Amino acid sequence: MSTLLLIEQVLNGLQFGVMLFLMAAGLTLIFGVMGLINLAHGSLYMVGAFAAAAVAGATGSFLLALIASLAAAAAAGAIIELVVIRRLYDRDHLDQVLATFALILIFSEGTRWIFGSFPLFLDIPAALAGPVTLPGGIQYPAYRLLIIGIGLVIALGLFQLIARTRIGIQIRAGESDREMIAALGVDISRLYTIVFALGAALAGLAGALVGALQSVQVGMGEPVLILAFVVIVIGGIGSIKGALVGALLVGMTDTLGKVLLPGLFGAFMEPAAATAVGSSLASMAIYILMAAVLLFRPTGLYGSA
Amino acid sequence: MSRARAVNLLLFAMLPVTALVALALDEPFIITLATKAAILALAGVGLNIALGLGGLVSLGHAAFFGLGGYAMGILAHHAQTFTPLMEAPFLIEGTKSMPVIWLTAAIIGAIAALLIGALSLRTSGVYFIMITLAFGQMLYYFAISWPAYGGEDGLSIYVRNGFPGLNTLDPIQFFAIVFTLLAVVLFLAGRLAAAPFGLALAAARQNPERVETVGLSPYRLRLLAFVISGAITALAGTLFADLNRFVSPTMLSWHMSGEIMIFVILGGVGRLYGPVAGAALFILLEHILGGLSDFWHVYLGLLLLLVVLFARGGMIGALAGREVAHD
Repeated sequence: MSTLLLIEQVLNGLQFGVMLFLMAAGLTLIFGVMGLINLAHGSLYMVGAFAAAAVAGATGSFLLALIASLAAAAAAGAIIELVVIRRLYDRDHLDQVLATFALILIFSEGTRWIFGSFPLFLDIPAALAGPVTLPGGIQYPAYRLLIIGIGLVIALGLFQLIARTRIGIQIRAGESDREMIAALGVDISRLYTIVFALGAALAGLAGALVGALQSVQVGMGEPVLILAFVVIVIGGIGSIKGALVGALLVGMTDTLGKVLLPGLFGAFMEPAAATAVGSSLASMAIYILMAAVLLFRPTGLYGSA
Repeated sequence: MSRARAVNLLLFAMLPVTALVALALDEPFIITLATKAAILALAGVGLNIALGLGGLVSLGHAAFFGLGGYAMGILAHHAQTFTPLMEAPFLIEGTKSMPVIWLTAAIIGAIAALLIGALSLRTSGVYFIMITLAFGQMLYYFAISWPAYGGEDGLSIYVRNGFPGLNTLDPIQFFAIVFTLLAVVLFLAGRLAAAPFGLALAAARQNPERVETVGLSPYRLRLLAFVISGAITALAGTLFADLNRFVSPTMLSWHMSGEIMIFVILGGVGRLYGPVAGAALFILLEHILGGLSDFWHVYLGLLLLLVVLFARGGMIGALAGREVAHD
């Protein structure tokens, strides 16, 4: 395998990783602050993608599509928080799992109802459709590079938001003692709605960005949701830093595993068998990574007990 | 007789009565629906041992359900193509015999549950949910990407597997087999809950520190419960695959895990007969709402949401009152 191809795959892994981070950041924030496990996070990802595809189809503007994805997912998030989710904060995890699973059923079938079963397509804007040449002569799609850029900027922004702003202080305070900050006069239910909508908006943006690479279809959020769970289990639930590290680890392991493992087995097996074993193992690689992390750190890399 | 016992008896009788009435009216499709409900109820009874009794919210039980299905699919596939499953180090041949397949599936389910449980039970709460989900998905993707047994397309079996002395292709006879198994498992699960092990397990759910203080290990109690639960769910998986004469990765997908959990919840968590009520209700809804609209999952979602938010005892809780709840 040539070095150029390897670097390209590393970039692909990075792109996948930052997308997972956008999903995982919302999940981990929602769990950290509200103690809620939200299976419907993948539906918000889907809502973002569908909103982007619909707006891009109507206006032709990719920027408007991205804004629409943020707005639609944030609005959907705020609505389900107000109607359903806030009744679940003091319930046990089982109730949360079931209620959010019910939300998935409603969102998925509802979307199928409105948009039909056929996938929609979201085109990459013409200016970004071509490759760019990176230092060292590597050709890499401009759009994927943009995704990496957006993801890293958002990661940085999120760290700043949590560390420096007033709302960040309230979020951190809410994580450690929700009664106390309510007693100090912070409107806790408004804070929860904001955090939920913020997480939803990030998921929606991820959906729109990935939707342009793949197709926009019902159920697209679920594989990503499960990967995001793996990410936050590895990183430690509630930790944004853990989500970033976990997302990059998972993105790299998955992408490089799919590229390298069949070749690795090809060194001492017949090509057909090597492809079969290699690709099956590659599809399990991130779960094996997760199991390995759990063996040594049951609460994840950055989790507190 | 208390109200709860009357409700349980009614629920238990409901499936065979439905099947017999359908037989009298010559409606084999209804018998098949009753069979499906009984199989799904069996899967729910399996999950309920972990979920209701042990308090282990596993979102990965489709793994065991699907493994059971694949145990049946792989054994029957080798039997119908007359190829051995394995030649070295010793010969294993395929089989079309139900009892052998059931035993194999239960053992495979138990081993898988032991491995997954040993790792997952090191954690608790929300980690446990996500990890069981992730392991389930791992098997799902493995089944899709492993081409030997059909990959994404799944495996078809031409003729339903046999049971000595019975014609399994006759709907009512197959129903009788499935229902007998369900009855046996329900009886055993009831005994289990009342046995010292079941009491210790329930205690470990309510107050693990105290259980540890009296010298029992909550981890080992939970692991054993998880293994039993996995074996029963795998058994249900073989029957489900046998009913459809088809097994595919769909049986391993996390939607399946969610659905098995829905049976338990719709019926009532921690109630022995909860999964029977839940599975029957689910099949009924699927049949009625599915006939009204292709998008019946929207209504199922709304119903589930209402049950979770407002009717926490499930169907049995509503019928029998709360005084007999386990907690």
